[in-house]
Amino acid sequence: MELTVESLVFLLFSLITLGGALMVVTTRNLFHAALFLMLSLFGVAGLFALLTAPFLAGIQVVVYIGAIAILIIFAIMLTPQVTAVPPTNSQWIAGVVVAVVLFALLATIVTPLLSELGVEGWGAVFTEKNPPPVPADSIARLGEAFVDPQAYMLPFEVASVLLMAALVGAVMLVRPARGAEDEAPQTGAQE
Amino acid sequence: MVPLWMYLLVAAGLFSIGMYGVLARRNAIAILMSIELMLNAANINLVAFWRYNQPAHVSGQVFAAFVFVVAAAEVAVGLALIINIYRQRRSVVADDVDLLKW
Repeated sequence: MELTVESLVFLLFSLITLGGALMVVTTRNLFHAALFLMLSLFGVAGLFALLTAPFLAGIQVVVYIGAIAILIIFAIMLTPQVTAVPPTNSQWIAGVVVAVVLFALLATIVTPLLSELGVEGWGAVFTEKNPPPVPADSIARLGEAFVDPQAYMLPFEVASVLLMAALVGAVMLVRPARGAEDEAPQTGAQE
Repeated sequence: MVPLWMYLLVAAGLFSIGMYGVLARRNAIAILMSIELMLNAANINLVAFWRYNQPAHVSGQVFAAFVFVVAAAEVAVGLALIINIYRQRRSVVADDVDLLKW
């Protein structure tokens, strides 16, 4: 791989993404894990920008980092077991084995490593390098596809109904139970 | 541009890390964060395949946007469940929620 600016930026964002993700699953303090999750999501946003998907990169920053990660931080602050000792359960060795085996399988399938070693018929080789450029009005076409009855209007409306249902459901779930109404606000205050 | 398999490799690594987190973390919120990592890995794959194979169409980006929607709904309901469990059991450790024995 020739060392262009683009490949260096790709390497940087990949390291941010994977390093942040590793810290998310290994760090002991849950609040720090949430901050590292934000870092990792930022790396993914950078990868989206590199893939010329600026709309998705913006959505990633606004929705994921701005809303979902903040929501997770709220939940962490509401449940004060921030540093559970130990942070992993008894099956963490099995977890490592599963993750490593899964990664090895996926890596041999997506990379051209095995076919270069002479193993045929195992992986699909994704060596596309120079795709045609993205049309300049791709964001406008994305927006039109969302409201076009011939394209994605129905899934778009269903998605909004799903969000509404999730919103109402979440509010109903965290509402204090009837009868425990005088007790629940106190616990909320002392936490 | 860098070859497509590099993006797929990063996504595979992110998914595997998230898988480890789901299997090994004790705190339910940490498990939810690991699920977010796995969803992001899927999103990287969707956008990368769109960019390298069909950049003239919008379908890949549309799919990734729907993954955002589902992730937002999932995290809202999941955190509500976790907070509710914490109120009842004073614990967010997934092993402590053992009402259903096997």
